Amino acid sequence: MINAVGREIPEEILKITGKEGYQGAKAKDNYEFKRGSAKIRAMVDPGRSKLADSIRDVLEKCGIKDGMTISFHHHFREGDYVVNMVMEEIHNMGIKDLSICASSLGKAHDPMVPMIEDGTITSIRSSGVRGRIGEAISTGKLKNLAVMCSHGGRVRAIESGEVHIDIAFIGAPSADEYGNLRANGGKSNCGVLSYAMADAQYADKVVAITDTLVPFPNVPASISMTNVDYVVVVDEIGNPAKIATGAAKPTTDMRKLRMADYCTQFVINTPYFKNGFSYQTGVGGASIASTISLAEEMEKRGIRMGFGVGGLTTPMCGLLERGLVDVLVDTQDFDLGAVESIQKHPDRHIEISASEYANPFNKGAYVNKLDFVILAALEVDVNFNCNVVVGSDGVITGAQGGHPDTAAGAKCTIVIAPLLQGRIPAVCTNVTTVTTPGETVDVVITDYGIAINPKRQDLIECMKNTKLPIRSIEELRDTAYSIVGEPDPVQFGDRVVGIIEGRDGTVMDVVREIRPYEFEN
Amino acid sequence: MEIKKAAMAGTLESSDAQVTVEPGENGIQLSIESSVIHQFGRQIKATVEETLERLEVTNAKVTVVDKGALDCTLKARVECAVYRSNGIAENIPWGGAVR
Repeated sequence: MINAVGREIPEEILKITGKEGYQGAKAKDNYEFKRGSAKIRAMVDPGRSKLADSIRDVLEKCGIKDGMTISFHHHFREGDYVVNMVMEEIHNMGIKDLSICASSLGKAHDPMVPMIEDGTITSIRSSGVRGRIGEAISTGKLKNLAVMCSHGGRVRAIESGEVHIDIAFIGAPSADEYGNLRANGGKSNCGVLSYAMADAQYADKVVAITDTLVPFPNVPASISMTNVDYVVVVDEIGNPAKIATGAAKPTTDMRKLRMADYCTQFVINTPYFKNGFSYQTGVGGASIASTISLAEEMEKRGIRMGFGVGGLTTPMCGLLERGLVDVLVDTQDFDLGAVESIQKHPDRHIEISASEYANPFNKGAYVNKLDFVILAALEVDVNFNCNVVVGSDGVITGAQGGHPDTAAGAKCTIVIAPLLQGRIPAVCTNVTTVTTPGETVDVVITDYGIAINPKRQDLIECMKNTKLPIRSIEELRDTAYSIVGEPDPVQFGDRVVGIIEGRDGTVMDVVREIRPYEFEN
Repeated sequence: MEIKKAAMAGTLESSDAQVTVEPGENGIQLSIESSVIHQFGRQIKATVEETLERLEVTNAKVTVVDKGALDCTLKARVECAVYRSNGIAENIPWGGAVR
């Protein structure tokens, strides 16, 4: 079938996954379902301990076996040791055919590749993958389909019971022996444990892994003892230097500064820029630069932000310090400044669950209340569809993250991308893979001009009296092609190796196996 | 032009290409490696072939290691390598064979 973003989804894929093709951003509004459930083992005896001796011990206690689904969270980012530590032990035990349900996987998890090759891991669901795991999937080494989902979509899948987690492994910077888990108070603080919260509630067995055991009760707990079966103490759960890096230096790249300036000018000329507005941005150089320049305009005009959402960085937390925002709601901390901020301002910098953040199938998420979201993209096409997962070489090399969730929720979704990255144009006729549907993207800002989605005539009208370089999206594409030439589509093989799951659980697009490039004669 | 000796032009920096020409027989043996091969392989090949043809190079082994160079850069690197292989560094026919 051809779905609502014009992508051909093979019938066979719909059959294997039991899914429907994507039907539109709001097609599943009012969708009714019963929540999934977890099998709970009661803790009646006060004398029983939750402490396990080792990863091996806890795997045996949880009854790990072939074919199970196990889950991980990614708050330790590229500094994570938990995934590899657990997987290595599982691999040693000779367990096969596992499904991994991770909130995201990065280069730190390259050691999983041999386990994909030998059938220890046969399914992966993740926001994205980078490094060698992406190459392994794109070269057809994973037995089953990889499912790339958004942060909201992952929680939806867990809460709706589409995915059932047998064992959840939660890396906890601090824990007490009864399983009250905090994201701070340890050696490897990550600020929040938002992405692990659904896992804790919906997995049959929940294992906390910590390197800092503290006296009971470890409060306020991000994840409560009521959901935790076992606690394992290990030497190190992560590399603090890679979990929370220093704040990124503000960019000096003139292209990015120009785009940031365009972005700020655009934002302040919309009707949403008024007292109490809400805002989310990513960690790219241009996004951070726009937060910095927006703050100046807010101060100048005496306008306060009602709430900021993140994925947070030091510049966003700086708004809190300067009294420019009332509340920050936080699902992930990208640098030390953000980790420190949540400890310093427990009243105004608040940890929220991934479900509260972005799940389209609960009774209301923060993304639906966003005025602005500033996003990046690898590619945007003339239909405003974005690709944030598949690289220009056809290999999976990125993550959906909250991109489709925030785009669907925000009143004004702005994508910032330099028009050219080397020879690769960011604005093109057809994205390699659709991850975020164009109907949810309102504005594309490049260093060569700004394109507004024609369905947003209201925004086009707002910008009429500004000096901003408003172009059509086709003009931006043509400018790019006039410099670098028109790119050929990537030559994929036939086999589908993964799907891009829409946040509502439908199929947005498929990812095919790559094959070596061949010159036509 | 004849390729008299092996010569190289360009770098492996991003947005550049390193072109090596070596004496050859039986036409052009062209090898292309590129960071953007999927989307621009066809155009890179066409640009290199056109440039060689314009310089009337008929027998050579040509190796291109491309890091996302634009066509103008590719042309310049091929031209430079070919002239270097002939030991020519002055009196380049600007506007003639080199354009």
